[in-house]
Amino acid sequence: MSIILDHVNYVYEGDTALAVHALKDVNLVIPDGQFIGLIGHTGSGKSTLVQHLNGLLKPTEGSIYYNGEDIHAADYDKKKLRSRVGLVFQYPEHQLFEIDVFSDVCFGPKNLGLSKKETELRAYAALKQVGLEDEYFYQSPFDLSGGQKRRVAIAGVLAMKPDVLILDEPTAGLDPRGRDEILDQIARLKEETGITVILVSHSMEDVAKYVERIIVMNRGSVMYDGAPKEVFAHYRELEAVGLAAPQVTYLMQALRAGGMPVAADATTIGEAKEEILKALGKE
Amino acid sequence: MGIIKTEKLVFEYIRRDEEGNVEGITRAVDEVDLDVKQGDFVAILGHNGSGKSTLAKHINAILYPTEGAVWVDGMDTQDEKHLWDIRQEAGMVFQNPDNQIIGQVVEEDVGFGPENMGVPTEEIWARVEESLKAVGMYEYRKYSPNKLSGGQKQRVSIAGVIAMHPKCIILDEPTAMLDPNGRREVVRAVRALNDVEGITIVLITHYMEEIVHADRVFVMDQGRIAMQGTPREIFSQVERLKELRLDVPQVTLLAHELKKSGVDLPDGILTSEELVQSLLRAYRGQK
Repeated sequence: MSIILDHVNYVYEGDTALAVHALKDVNLVIPDGQFIGLIGHTGSGKSTLVQHLNGLLKPTEGSIYYNGEDIHAADYDKKKLRSRVGLVFQYPEHQLFEIDVFSDVCFGPKNLGLSKKETELRAYAALKQVGLEDEYFYQSPFDLSGGQKRRVAIAGVLAMKPDVLILDEPTAGLDPRGRDEILDQIARLKEETGITVILVSHSMEDVAKYVERIIVMNRGSVMYDGAPKEVFAHYRELEAVGLAAPQVTYLMQALRAGGMPVAADATTIGEAKEEILKALGKE
Repeated sequence: MGIIKTEKLVFEYIRRDEEGNVEGITRAVDEVDLDVKQGDFVAILGHNGSGKSTLAKHINAILYPTEGAVWVDGMDTQDEKHLWDIRQEAGMVFQNPDNQIIGQVVEEDVGFGPENMGVPTEEIWARVEESLKAVGMYEYRKYSPNKLSGGQKQRVSIAGVIAMHPKCIILDEPTAMLDPNGRREVVRAVRALNDVEGITIVLITHYMEEIVHADRVFVMDQGRIAMQGTPREIFSQVERLKELRLDVPQVTLLAHELKKSGVDLPDGILTSEELVQSLLRAYRGQK
């Protein structure tokens, strides 16, 4: 069970003077249950890529297979695909519209044609999964805080019970605690349900902390694809394309350059701490 | 009196339900006293809903106090005859660059402010040039804004403010929507304006790393100023900041964790260089 992108190319405004080659020969295999970080500067093709994963965009060339089936085959059920691959857009709270939180989350499953009972059970479970307390269920979504609204929007996608959850910058504009709460919740959800999560992010620190695999996009191509340590070891190349490594990676590099025997590939505070304590003999 | 001063500033708004009945009153800003000196770089932190944006909107007279008062360069913001002077002296940059750019060409967009102020044409062009140079966007002056990256657009927005020759710029989460490079570009441009041009900066942000060079930091909570001090004073209180839903720079957090594990380090380490120096000293001392 997986998503496979096979030589995917995508050109916006093809055949015109404004043609932009947004994806260039992208080949990826996304197996079940991975936690993936997708990074790249603005305009690198991240959003174009994720919109291919649930069939919102059709490759100009190449194919996309979901669980072995070509999603652009004539008889393929796209509606079903979209319930399996859930996409949470940037600033998803702008898409809330119902009179109360619970109705908003019910909207997705209701449209799948599920019974009222099943719809409500799913909405309830999804709101619990994102950690929203019962007292907010019958409030207008517009009276909630930024972080809460965003969690309601994510619950709306979770209520469709997707196998793959794609989040496009889910923490943009949230305060640090709000940021941690959402990402912790997503990590827990992944642990509990085994769902595949693709996190599009501009925060190298968040990506390093949570994901097991990083895909770096640059000018429409996959530039790196590997574990955080492998990818961030290329920090100089990443900087050249408008990205960076997490702060601690630079710190470890400087310590090593200064003669301290630490592994310079730490990408999280926990890893850095362990390395430094070891070097100082305080373990 | 400093360039920006508030005295017991209170801002309240009335909450209404769907039928328009009054549900209650929210006090978004609660007796805030600020005094910012000309040329200072001031940062305002606070969780979502803490009142920081509401406070900022008082500084260029988008909002008026319910109680108390705000002065910009000695002018009371509630005095209507100063309205345009205040908006010219205190420029504001918002989160989303796409909502702030109106020109079809970069230089046209930057010239919009001074043109509206009735600046003579010759001088408008001079101002456009100097403003775009100040943010490092002069070579893009003939571009269409929609061909620019987020960080570039945001720098054009800042140039548009500078072209009005403000004494102070208020930036409300200017980097929230940008990638790391865009964030770096914007922060660098803002710091240069402060260092080189001496423009007073009020920066609101959720990125702790961006404010380690600020002169003063105010932390807001429930409409009040909960903490204030230098970045070093503020960031040495890791636990207190966490209570306020905030964070410290990664380097500071790592130093805090190491201290807890018995490594001898000074309080309030802010930059990577400081931590590297202290750790190398500790390491060499041990050998």
